[in-house]
Amino acid sequence: MSAEAAQAFLARWRPGPLMPRGDARDAGLVFVIAVLCFFACLAALAALAADRAAGGWTAQLQGSATVLVRPQGGESADAAAARAAETLSGVRGVSEASALEKDKALALLQPWLGKAALTDDLPVPRLVTLDLDKDAPASAAELQEALKADNIDAVVDDHSLWIKDIVRAGLWARAAAIGVFALTAAAAAVIAYAARSALAARHEIVEVLHVSGAKDPFIAGLLLRRFAGMAFGAGVLGAAAAAAVGAGARALGGGEGLTPALPVAWIDLAALLPCPLLAALVAALAARFAALGLLTSMASKANSFSKDWA
Amino acid sequence: MSRNPGQTSQSPDAAHEAEAVLSFAGVSMRYGRAPETLRDISFSLAPGSFHFLTGPSGAGKSSLLKLIYLAARPSRGLISLFGQDLAVLPRQQLPHLRRRIGVVFQEFRLLDHLSAFDNAALPLRIAGKPAKTYKDDVAELLAWVGLGSRLHAMPATLSGGEKQRLAIARAVVGRPDILLADEPTGNVDQEMALRILRLFLELNRQGTTVLIASHDHDLVARSGMPELRLEQGRMFAPEAA
Ligand SMILES: Nc1ncnc2c1ncn2[C@@H]1O[C@H](COP(=O)(O)OP(=O)(O)OP(=O)(O)O)[C@@H](O)[C@H]1O
Ligand SMILES: [Mg+2]
Repeated sequence: MSAEAAQAFLARWRPGPLMPRGDARDAGLVFVIAVLCFFACLAALAALAADRAAGGWTAQLQGSATVLVRPQGGESADAAAARAAETLSGVRGVSEASALEKDKALALLQPWLGKAALTDDLPVPRLVTLDLDKDAPASAAELQEALKADNIDAVVDDHSLWIKDIVRAGLWARAAAIGVFALTAAAAAVIAYAARSALAARHEIVEVLHVSGAKDPFIAGLLLRRFAGMAFGAGVLGAAAAAAVGAGARALGGGEGLTPALPVAWIDLAALLPCPLLAALVAALAARFAALGLLTSMASKANSFSKDWA
Repeated sequence: MSRNPGQTSQSPDAAHEAEAVLSFAGVSMRYGRAPETLRDISFSLAPGSFHFLTGPSGAGKSSLLKLIYLAARPSRGLISLFGQDLAVLPRQQLPHLRRRIGVVFQEFRLLDHLSAFDNAALPLRIAGKPAKTYKDDVAELLAWVGLGSRLHAMPATLSGGEKQRLAIARAVVGRPDILLADEPTGNVDQEMALRILRLFLELNRQGTTVLIASHDHDLVARSGMPELRLEQGRMFAPEAA
C-alpha cells in the first residue's frame, strides 16, 4: 500500500463494531421475540376491546331501566301503565318515564308468549321504560318502593342480570392486560438470557476490552445497542402481524367490530405503534442488566477459573 | 526525575519504594485451588526503568504480568500500582489504571472481527478519543512497525510476525506509563526482534516503564538491561545490571 493508498484508506475509514455485528441477529431469537410481541399486541387489542365493551354496556345499562306493570282489579292495563309512568316520573333519579303502547308491548312480548296466546281479552302486561339520571340514577329498590306506595303491581328490571356480563368483560380486560405484562416479562427474560450467552461467548473480546481500559457500562452498552436494534425489528414484525389480525377481525365484524362482545375499533390498531419502541426499551434494559451482572461475576471469578476473566 | 534504567529493588522497604510505579510485597498467587503459581514475590520498578522478566517455561512469567494488568488477583501480599494499593481499590477505578498500562499478550489477542487499523486504535477509542484526532497517528505507528500496507487487513490474514507487531502497536498506541510485553519477539526473526527492542528502548527513553517477559537470552544480553528471574514461582535477585 502506497502512501496515497493509505490516505485513501484513511479517507474512507469508519471505526468497525467493537462487538461482532451478527451477535444479536440469531434468527431463532428474532422469531421468538417477534412471536412474543405478536401475542402481546393481540392481548393489548383484546384488553382494549374488552374494556370498551364493559364501558359501553355500563353506560347504556346505567342510564335506563324497564318496569313490567300488571293490571290489577278493574283497572285497565293502559291505565295501570299510565299511572305507573306518572308515579315513576316523580321519583328522584328518574329523568323520564313513558308507558309503551299496547302494540309495542305486544311486539316485545310476542317472542315469549306466542302469537296464539295474544288475544284481546288476555290481560297483556305493559312496559314502562325509564331514562335514569346519569349522575344519580334511582336504584331498583327505590323504584319498587314508589310503585308499592301507589299500590301498583310491577316488577322493576334494572338490568342487573347484565352486570354479570360487564364484570366478565372487565375481567377479560384485566386478564389480557396481565397477559401483556407476562409476555413482556417473558421477552425480557429471553433477551437477558441471550445477552448473557452472547457476552459469555465473547469473553475473549471482553477481556481485551477490559485490559484496554473499557468500563463495564461501556461493554454493556455495546450489547444493549445490538439487542435493542434486534428487538425493534422483531417488534415491527410482531406488531404488523397483530395489526393484520386485528384489522381482519374489525373488517369481518362490520360496523360493530368482531362481535358486540369484543368490539375492535380501527383506532385500537394505533395502540400497536409503540410496540417496537417498547420492545427495544425492554431489550435494552434486559441486555444491560444481564451484561453488567455477568461482567461483575466474571470479575469476581478472576483466576478461579482455568480461563482468564479480565 | 532522573531516569535510571535498571533501577529495581528486591526489598519492599528500599528508599525509593514510595515513588515506584509498581511494587510487589510478599505476593503469592494461585489459580483456583491449585498450588501457588507465584510465591512470596517482592520487587519494585522505578519510573522509567527497563527490565526483562526471564525464567523457564511455566515459571510464572505470564501469571506475574497478569497480576500487573489487573486480570488476576494475588492470594497473598500487596501490590501497588502508581502508588495505589490494588487490594483496596474499587472495581470502578480499575479502567483508569488499565488505560495507563500497555500489554502485548503472548498469544496476541487481536480482535478477529476488526481490521489491523481498528485493532491498533482500540485503546484510543475506548479512552473516548474522537476518531479524527488519532487517525493519522495510528497510521503512522502501523507504518513504523512495518504494517503500513496492511491497514485494512483482518488479523486472520496476517503472518505470525505481523500479528505480533500489530499487538505491539496496540500496546503502545496510547503512550502508556507502563508497557508489559509477554514474549514480544517470539514470532519474529532476529532482525525484527532487534527492531522491536529498539522501539521499546525508544518508548522507555520517552519515560515509559518497560517490563518484558522473554526467553530470548540473546536479546536480553544485547539490550544490556537488567533481568528479574523467575523460577518455579519464586523470584531471584537480578544478576545483570
Ligand atoms: N489460566 C490458568 N489456569 C490454571 N493454571 C494456569 C493458568 N495459566 C497458567 N497456569 C499455570 O501456572 C503456571 C505458570 O504459568 P505461566 O503461563 O505464568 O508461565 P510462563 O512463565 O509464562 O511460561 P511460558 O514461558 O511457557 O509462557 C503453569 O504451571 C501453568 O500451568
Ligand atoms: Mg507465558
